Amino acid sequence: MTLQDLAQPRQDYSYAFMDAYAKRELRRRMLKAIAIPGYQVPYASRELPIARGWGTGGLQVTLSLVGPESVVKVIDQGADDSVNAANLRRFITRMSGSQTTTDTLKATLLQSRHRIPEEIMQEGQALVLQVPDPEPLRGVTSDISKAHQLHADSDYGQMWLLLYEQLVRYRQYIQGASYPSLVNGRYIISPSPIPRWDTPKLHQSAHLTLLSAGREKRLYAVPPYTDVYPLEFSDVPFQVENQRGWVCKTTGVQNKFMNELPQEDGTSQYELSDSGYAEKLMNTGETASPYYDDQGNFYHAGYLKPPVLPTL
Amino acid sequence: MLAISNHQSSQPFDAPRLVTTAPLVRATGLTKRYGSIEAVAGVDVEAYPGEVLGIVGESGSGKSTVLRLLNLEEMPDTGAYMLNTPTLAGKNLYDLDRFARREVQILSIGVVYQNPHLGLRMRFTSSGNVAERLLLTGERTFATLRQAARDSLAISEFPLNRMDDPPRVLSGGMQQRVQLAKALALKPALLLLDEPTTGLDVSVQALVLDTLKHLQRERKMTIVLVSHDLGVIRTLADRVMVMRHGRVVEQGLTDQILEDPQDAYTQQLVHAKL
Amino acid sequence: MPLLQVESLTKRFYIDHLQREIEVFASLTFTLESGQFILIGGPNGVGKSSLLRCLYRTYIPTSGRALFTSTQGEIDLAHAADIDIALLRREELGFVTQFLRPRPRVSALELVAEPLVDGGMMWDEAIEQAKGMLSSFGLKHELWSAYPTTFSGGEQQKVNLARALIAPRRLLLLDEPTASLDANTRQSLQTRLAELKMQGVAMIGVFHHPEDIHHLIDDEIRLTVPQKDIEHVVD
Repeated sequence: MTLQDLAQPRQDYSYAFMDAYAKRELRRRMLKAIAIPGYQVPYASRELPIARGWGTGGLQVTLSLVGPESVVKVIDQGADDSVNAANLRRFITRMSGSQTTTDTLKATLLQSRHRIPEEIMQEGQALVLQVPDPEPLRGVTSDISKAHQLHADSDYGQMWLLLYEQLVRYRQYIQGASYPSLVNGRYIISPSPIPRWDTPKLHQSAHLTLLSAGREKRLYAVPPYTDVYPLEFSDVPFQVENQRGWVCKTTGVQNKFMNELPQEDGTSQYELSDSGYAEKLMNTGETASPYYDDQGNFYHAGYLKPPVLPTL
Repeated sequence: MLAISNHQSSQPFDAPRLVTTAPLVRATGLTKRYGSIEAVAGVDVEAYPGEVLGIVGESGSGKSTVLRLLNLEEMPDTGAYMLNTPTLAGKNLYDLDRFARREVQILSIGVVYQNPHLGLRMRFTSSGNVAERLLLTGERTFATLRQAARDSLAISEFPLNRMDDPPRVLSGGMQQRVQLAKALALKPALLLLDEPTTGLDVSVQALVLDTLKHLQRERKMTIVLVSHDLGVIRTLADRVMVMRHGRVVEQGLTDQILEDPQDAYTQQLVHAKL
Repeated sequence: MPLLQVESLTKRFYIDHLQREIEVFASLTFTLESGQFILIGGPNGVGKSSLLRCLYRTYIPTSGRALFTSTQGEIDLAHAADIDIALLRREELGFVTQFLRPRPRVSALELVAEPLVDGGMMWDEAIEQAKGMLSSFGLKHELWSAYPTTFSGGEQQKVNLARALIAPRRLLLLDEPTASLDANTRQSLQTRLAELKMQGVAMIGVFHHPEDIHHLIDDEIRLTVPQKDIEHVVD
């Protein structure tokens, strides 16, 4: 007879780790964020078994949404098998009893660090993006009260001024990731450090996107079928990264976002960043429609325009 | 000792009869107190379209406070302020909400400060400083922004080959020209100048004043110019208000104030000029 | 109705730091018709220029009236609002002095054309007329686009006169305009004044050498030293 035999089984954690009140607060905040697309809603960010800066914001959103019937996919820079993604996925499923998948279309809940998958997501799916700095106006003012006032007044002139300065100094927009975008014609957001390639995927999406910053304690949302336009001057269009004819060394596809693998001889090889997509191609060859077709055309025709070199 | 009753400052002139247009700027009963100091103690300001109104006074006279009140940067304790433009006629600007006041500041008023650091973003390009004014109104075409910056800088007689230099690397006179270009970018009805040439080299002062004069003729702008320098006032102003301890002690045509000052203080001020 | 009717015009200066009052002239009454030329005479320092300045409102008259028949009706120059006076100065009243106030980087042509532009003329037309005026005052062609800040006294005076006399006025106040003029320029001035007189411009002038415009004078006002024991005013 051991102490363990005599005692009740331990239940140290609530369902999905966070207590009911925490989950309730998060859900209310998410509803508010969905009701006001692009508006940064502050929330009380809870302590979690991972440190700040490692995805606590995304994790809190996921844990508030997950249920026993959820199917969860977690990626980090597009890869399901990265250490961080694997740890988060194991934690989520252990705390909630949900299933996991690497198939983008099978997931009901998809948590991602810094990438949106290549296959077009559907209604009913929720994408949770991990955000380091939710404030797109950080370059304008470091004072969050002032930034809050600017957002409230829709006083984005200084943000546009930064873009003007970039065109004057560099003849192009230099923001590579976290490209400031206007949501629903009202709030400018930082869409998290996803590459420019992924930013257009937020526009008029069938799925819900939630963005959450645990350290900065704010979350915001892009509801389904909402307009999202990266900031651009009317005569100098926004550009996504040029895929330069790179070919994935494992699947042979082109015009999808690639990871560069430098080789010893100084050349580089390329490989699909979206590992779930690569897996599907390798196994069955069948995938859902991708956002960008094999020629690199975006599925919303007319959304992306040819490049223009600004004249000074 | 002769009686003082003969001197003029107590005798008001008739109301305007030949000039039938209403004044562009009408501020009445302005008062502003900072703690125990009454910076502005009951000041009226009237400026007619196309004229240059000078406000002259020594430090502490309240003239810069009046300018800040006219720029809607500060709210007075009492007083009303009307700008007679098509969109603003009949409204007391101090009754507008913060958002509407900001709109007035952007669209209807341009300001040049004595200290360029107050009016400019020193590390952005000069053209960017000017373009910002259009960006605030929602202009989103890059070519339009460039052209507007060029036009504004040109009329301020700023060399266009330096239009993308940041104000940080420019001389004082050039910085004032950038401020001027910025103030003019949206073609405001009213231009406010706070000691625009103070601190500049004398030769540079002359050039900047000349630009202002040229500009005022070209654009028929209404200008309120604050200065302690009578030379600047003489060059630019059509009419002058003399302020002392928060009050207007005398007001009149520039040449009259400078050559036949009625008030004792004005006489002192005018005759003190080296 | 006379163009200008001056009634009991009096000017006294009160100088505060001296605590004294200085009388310049008292109870002046006269009329002036269009096309009439009145000379103001009197000993030096008696206040002749001050009278002109009172009419132009550079000085504020102490009492009395100066009723001027403007194009928009009668107005008392002594009591008119500042902006009304500013309007009259742009359109109907002119003041001619000895001195030019040149500004850096403003050419002779621009200085002369300015009064026309202030009165509403387009620059191109004004510049053309300015050329004519500078020509008639004998300013060398090469100097027209130059800056008068660099001119000699005589050249500056030509620009000055051209500027003062180019725009049509109804009343001209002339304060010693012939002082230090060479013979040719004086001749040009006389011609121009005669021209203007023919056009109906009324003039009141102070001339150190009245013989210069002798043929234009219709009437004279002599100012005398006031009876009270008051110091002379420095004009």
